[in-house]
Amino acid sequence: MKDRFNLYRFASPVTFYPLAGALIPWFVALSVVFGLAGLYLGMLVAPTDFQQGEGYRIIFIHVPASWMSMFIYLVMAGWAAIGLAFNTRLSGMMAHALAPTGALMAFLSLWTGALWGKPMWGAWWVWDARLTSELILLFLYIGYMALTAAIDDTKRADKAGGLLLLVGVVNVPIIYFSVKWWNTLHQGSSVNLTKSSMAQTMLWGMLLMAMCFWMYSIAVALMRARTIMLERERNTDWVKAVLAENSEGAAK
Amino acid sequence: MIYWNSFSDFLAMGGYGFYVWGSFGVTALIMAIEPIVVIRNRKSTIALLKRQLRADGRAENRNAAE
Repeated sequence: MKDRFNLYRFASPVTFYPLAGALIPWFVALSVVFGLAGLYLGMLVAPTDFQQGEGYRIIFIHVPASWMSMFIYLVMAGWAAIGLAFNTRLSGMMAHALAPTGALMAFLSLWTGALWGKPMWGAWWVWDARLTSELILLFLYIGYMALTAAIDDTKRADKAGGLLLLVGVVNVPIIYFSVKWWNTLHQGSSVNLTKSSMAQTMLWGMLLMAMCFWMYSIAVALMRARTIMLERERNTDWVKAVLAENSEGAAK
Repeated sequence: MIYWNSFSDFLAMGGYGFYVWGSFGVTALIMAIEPIVVIRNRKSTIALLKRQLRADGRAENRNAAE
């Protein structure tokens, strides 16, 4: 029974640290490949939109950034729930590592949305349900980072931040379904499981860009997580071993 | 295969150039700067932790000598 595959093993920073280090180059490479393919399809091959002209091409970053902003928040809330329930060290580190990338994705969603809204609606910003709830998401990210940074004791910071994440998670379905629940200026979703209102090349361009954003986010978050692990576990033998190895590598 | 007739057409984006390139430009900028910041932070953290480790090692040696 001793050699049985054990998922808890990966919840320990000792095993997660080298695993993440080995995976990062792959996520970077995949992100570049998906990004180039998506930009080629979206910006060079895809035809124009009959309603919005070439302005619609903002969709190739607007939708992936918006998806990531919501998904990263859900992942952080998931880590927070695990952390609060099982008191695992890794969960706080992961939530911490994801937050800045999530905030940037929320910002990009709003920024590209403003640049899309101006020519299409005639306004950079409207207090519409979709836009307002996405803005609240950005504030939730910033609030989480500010709260955890303000508390010195990491365990308490993780607990307080985790509670904030879990309370704020109600906002994500509000963003997602806002275009259905309310009469918003924001258009409905262009993609759903049964039918899509987009041309094939547009759809594939967007999905490839979404994959690029996924891989990018994972790569950056893992890089950040590895640094946080060294920092937080600085007094453990495994971190001392990693640092010693790092010095030898640098001396060579 | 390629939709555009000329490079200037591509840049103009049918009159939406400012909005399209404003979106893509800022996204590219953020996706370039964020990893640089993360890598720099990692390097400075490792340097700091190594200094602390060396300082601890010296303190231990001193204690052992006394």
